[in-house]
Amino acid sequence: MAASNQLRYKVIRQYKQLLYMGREYPRGYQFFRDRLHSGFMNNANITDDKQIEQKLRFAEFLEKEIEALYHLRKYRAMKRQYYD
Amino acid sequence: MPPRLNIIVPVKRVIDYAIKPRVNSAKNIVETNGVKFSLNPFCEIAVEEAIRLRESKKDLVESITLVSAGSAKAQDALRSGLAMGADKATLIECPGIDDAKSLSLEPLAVAKLLKAYIDKEGANLVILGKQAIDDDSNQTGQMLAGLLNWPQATNASNVAVDDDGIVSVTREVDGGSETLSAPLPIVITTDLRLNVPRYTKLQDIMKAKKKKTDKLTPSDLGVDIAPRLEVVSLSDPPKRLGGSKVDSVDSLISKLKDVGAI
Repeated sequence: MAASNQLRYKVIRQYKQLLYMGREYPRGYQFFRDRLHSGFMNNANITDDKQIEQKLRFAEFLEKEIEALYHLRKYRAMKRQYYD
Repeated sequence: MPPRLNIIVPVKRVIDYAIKPRVNSAKNIVETNGVKFSLNPFCEIAVEEAIRLRESKKDLVESITLVSAGSAKAQDALRSGLAMGADKATLIECPGIDDAKSLSLEPLAVAKLLKAYIDKEGANLVILGKQAIDDDSNQTGQMLAGLLNWPQATNASNVAVDDDGIVSVTREVDGGSETLSAPLPIVITTDLRLNVPRYTKLQDIMKAKKKKTDKLTPSDLGVDIAPRLEVVSLSDPPKRLGGSKVDSVDSLISKLKDVGAI
């Protein structure tokens, strides 16, 4: 049980991190939140630890993708304004 | 052993890069009501560079201090810098400066404040963004170097510190790159391609709330921040006129003749 409690904590933390990132999402926070929430809810009934870990890795991948998206958006805006 | 680095990173809170600034109806200030503010992107790069110097070599960096001058809200900029990994922060709270009047805190005043602060607290490396995206002055770093009588390396695209405390800075210039080197202390201003600032995690922001922020006022530092420039007028850039398609070569030529191009 201890292991799965730890996983539960990890999942919640990941969810909060993604939610926090959603505040800057180009299509709006609500759009992002709805999708994020339903994405997590779809997998809410998974009990197998291995499967949960696999989903967590996917969430981490998503986090990195959004991070890259934000960075590129900022970099391009700066480049357009000052360097082109 | 090189002298350990005490880095000061001055930062500025500006209107977010994604927002299109608008001039108010009285044509004297940029609209700031309900507008999102964030840390200046070039300052973000400067903070990131200071942290990367720390990560590049053990014991190289002793402290990373953020400094921001402006209204009490400049605290937000300091907090996001602290969340990225700076150690401590100082807010120089200027009376009479608020969001709408933030441009009346001029680069010279900021440079004088920073000089007084550095004289007081001591530092041997200043890394700052080359310009803020609100007034685009690109002056503070140069003025600060002049006031301190330190060498300056502007628009850095690479920074390295060797074992003797010699700093080498590469800059992108027309037709190639140029490398400057100078002993510490030095003032460096950052270019866009110096590094990729890290994205702060929610936990780091929570942790940053526990870090220390000192407060000072310009009078503590004995600096007069009265503006020397007067804004005569502000206006939006001219609206872009839409183009049109021409259907034949003849009409193209006649249109070109109309505008006097041929």
